Amino acid sequence: MKALVSLIAVLLLALIAYAGASVPAMRFLFGVVIPYAAFIIFVVGMVVRILKWASSPVPFRIPTTTGQQKSLPWIKHSTIESPSTGLGVIARMALEVLFFRSLFRNLKTQQVGDGTQVAYGEAKWLWAAGLAFHWSFLIILVRHMRFFIEQVPAAIQMIEGLDSFLQIGAPLFYMTDAVILASVTYLFIRRIGIPQVKYISLIADYFPLFLILGIAVTGVLMRYFTKTDIVSVKVLAMGLISFNPTVAETISPMFFTHLFLLSVLFVYFPMSKLVHMAGVFMSPTRNLANNSRMKRHVNPWNYPVHVHTYEEYENDFREKMKGAGLPVEKE
Amino acid sequence: MAKLPKPEELSKIDLTPPKTDWMDTPVVFKEGMFCHGSKPKSLEIVGFPNPREWRPADADWKLPENWKEILLEGIADRLKKYRSFRLFMDICVRCGACADKCHFFIGTGDPKNMPVLRAELIRSVYRKEFTTAGKIFGRMAGARELTVDVLKEWWYYFYQCTECRRCSVFCPYGIDQAEITMIGRELLNLLGLNIEWIAGPVSNCYMKGNHLGLEPHTIVGNLEYMLDDIETVTGKRIKPTFNRKGAEILFVTPSGDLFADPGTYTAMGYMMLFEELGLDYTWSTYASEGGNFGFFTSNEMAKRLNSKIYAEAKRLGVKWILGGECGHMWRVLSQYMDTWNGPADFLEVPKSPITGTVFENAKSMKMVHVAEFTADLIKNNKLKLDPKRNDHLKVTWHDSCNVARGMGMLEEPRYVLKNVVNNFVEMPEDTIREKTFCCGSGTGLNASEDMDLRMKGGFPRANAVKFVADHYGVNMLANVCAIDRATLKALMEYWVPSVGVCGLHELVANALIMKGEKERTTDLRGEPLPGIEAKEEKA
Repeated sequence: MKALVSLIAVLLLALIAYAGASVPAMRFLFGVVIPYAAFIIFVVGMVVRILKWASSPVPFRIPTTTGQQKSLPWIKHSTIESPSTGLGVIARMALEVLFFRSLFRNLKTQQVGDGTQVAYGEAKWLWAAGLAFHWSFLIILVRHMRFFIEQVPAAIQMIEGLDSFLQIGAPLFYMTDAVILASVTYLFIRRIGIPQVKYISLIADYFPLFLILGIAVTGVLMRYFTKTDIVSVKVLAMGLISFNPTVAETISPMFFTHLFLLSVLFVYFPMSKLVHMAGVFMSPTRNLANNSRMKRHVNPWNYPVHVHTYEEYENDFREKMKGAGLPVEKE
Repeated sequence: MAKLPKPEELSKIDLTPPKTDWMDTPVVFKEGMFCHGSKPKSLEIVGFPNPREWRPADADWKLPENWKEILLEGIADRLKKYRSFRLFMDICVRCGACADKCHFFIGTGDPKNMPVLRAELIRSVYRKEFTTAGKIFGRMAGARELTVDVLKEWWYYFYQCTECRRCSVFCPYGIDQAEITMIGRELLNLLGLNIEWIAGPVSNCYMKGNHLGLEPHTIVGNLEYMLDDIETVTGKRIKPTFNRKGAEILFVTPSGDLFADPGTYTAMGYMMLFEELGLDYTWSTYASEGGNFGFFTSNEMAKRLNSKIYAEAKRLGVKWILGGECGHMWRVLSQYMDTWNGPADFLEVPKSPITGTVFENAKSMKMVHVAEFTADLIKNNKLKLDPKRNDHLKVTWHDSCNVARGMGMLEEPRYVLKNVVNNFVEMPEDTIREKTFCCGSGTGLNASEDMDLRMKGGFPRANAVKFVADHYGVNMLANVCAIDRATLKALMEYWVPSVGVCGLHELVANALIMKGEKERTTDLRGEPLPGIEAKEEKA
């Protein structure tokens, strides 16, 4: 049900854009006004979100240690899983952000035997699909930079070359296009296929999946099947970044659908779970060194509290203490 | 109290989620799955709000009229104070990687015991009250109204989480349900909604210095009994000191070690070891608790209880502090104590008087775990050990959650263990070290009225123990945690009756050859040492 609502929402959005962009007068709206607005909302929204997080302090040093602490010199310290220095933290964060280290640990708990025992098996599919999805998305994004730069830099050309090294079809087939479609599809199937995951899923989980799928599908359709006036698209993109956009009439409605769904993603991003992109860098269980015994961590809002002092304690128990032969401060 | 079902029944776990959406599935309080509510007296002693007689199973919880306002203000306040809280409310993608990592979910199959859903209980209210999307789109955006039923759901499930952090090991963003539960419980405490098994020990600890409420003369008396037992086993009379000014080291351990076996055997172990070393140390009756049930109540309460350790170290003029075997105690000490009550600049960087080793890793907080201390002794050949005395034991090692995931002490106790026993077997690798399973009764859930919960929550741990018991004949589960020693005993009796539970220093003391001791014929429990029976028969 939630999945269906999300799918319909994305289809409706696509339809609005397709129909809208078929009306020549609306092209400026879909090609210029909405993308600008979406970009501004994205940037402002993300900045606000990050500042909000940053405005709350980290009162305690709470890394989740997943390896041996630094202790006696002859005990092998796990410098990345339980980092004691900033360098270790950087390594830990790099593994987390670039390779999804924690998700790589994933296990599957299985009931075995007569169902009265459990065992733990490998479960790398979520990790693999997640990694494939995020990396292909990133590469596709980088490839798109060619639209915003007059002379396409060698680095981007190289990425394009690698992405299309299979040399299939014309225009050349990009592997990441297939990877992103497959991984998003897997993530969706997994979400409805595993009863527990389905149970926890919200519309906010299905909607971005379909939205991204929509962006990918329209992109693929445009590149390999329906085609569009790619030169005019580049002119539009260059115009957008130089604040002098022109929308050629030869650009197909499919392009505007693609662009509109992307704009929706940009608007949706800062107010959704997608902010994990920035949030992961700020997670205190990962980005702090496990050195709170070596170096005092300061809590900016630490305040004095009521305590039961030794003096009060001795007043309560003086006679009993003396009876038990314990030293007292006051006789 | 409902009768605890047999293990064969309890281990049949239905993982099928309910037909209704979780927001439409009201919480049902099942007997055996929750603890008694806090008593008014326990709250009054520490000045907590809304002290009154109440029962969790009752419809009316006698909440203050403006309870909702109090809670929402409480949430707003904590969002400003804790980046963790604000971040963890925003960034979860509900990938479900945490779901089957929680011992309570594995043991109950209740979807609200999946860490992600436990967090959603509070996240849904956060969305409704603190986010624009939630305010506009309501349920479409995963938001819901805070009602009394929601509050009850919080209570039921935040007291079905032991803050073990296993979920946070697997979360791609490090979202730590322990952090969310801690804040959730703190919020509940604004309305006087603690459980007595926590509130009682907290008030005890505040007034008397320890959770069990042992008064100074009782502490001395309890240790006397242990000293008698030590004399019986070794022929040596040990005379520890209490509240002694000018001692080099203050020793602080969880009070559970002073009260009931098998914790008491561990306490005997400490005293025998320190005696053998001639360590210049003192116990304190004022700072007579290493553990901290305040930590399961609120940040402020935890700080109030913890303050005694540094205060007593200062009053007695010791150089540094040695800490006993405990789990959550060591997360509190490692990650919180210095921040709350430091800097402890009146102390010196801990240095072992026996080996001269300087514990650089504790140079600011000035406190050393006894497993670190003993590992250093053994490495430097300062102890005469006869591991054969533990030959009747096949030992496996339980990593305590907080020590593993909130401190990173994994190798030190293993090194000690390997030197004091000959038979050591690890449990399956996905159930130890950073992936260790909770005993199922941590964070003050080790009461007697919630046995169903405890046995279910402890099931994954017991299941792994059963594996090594069946395959390798393991008969002893060793650990460095006072709550473990108390709770794993019940867990083993229920699930794996052939396995006993002990602390690390019980095994150390069994193996320790002391100067001038008589020939030992029994271990600390008074059970004949291996080989002794045969010898006696020959004679």
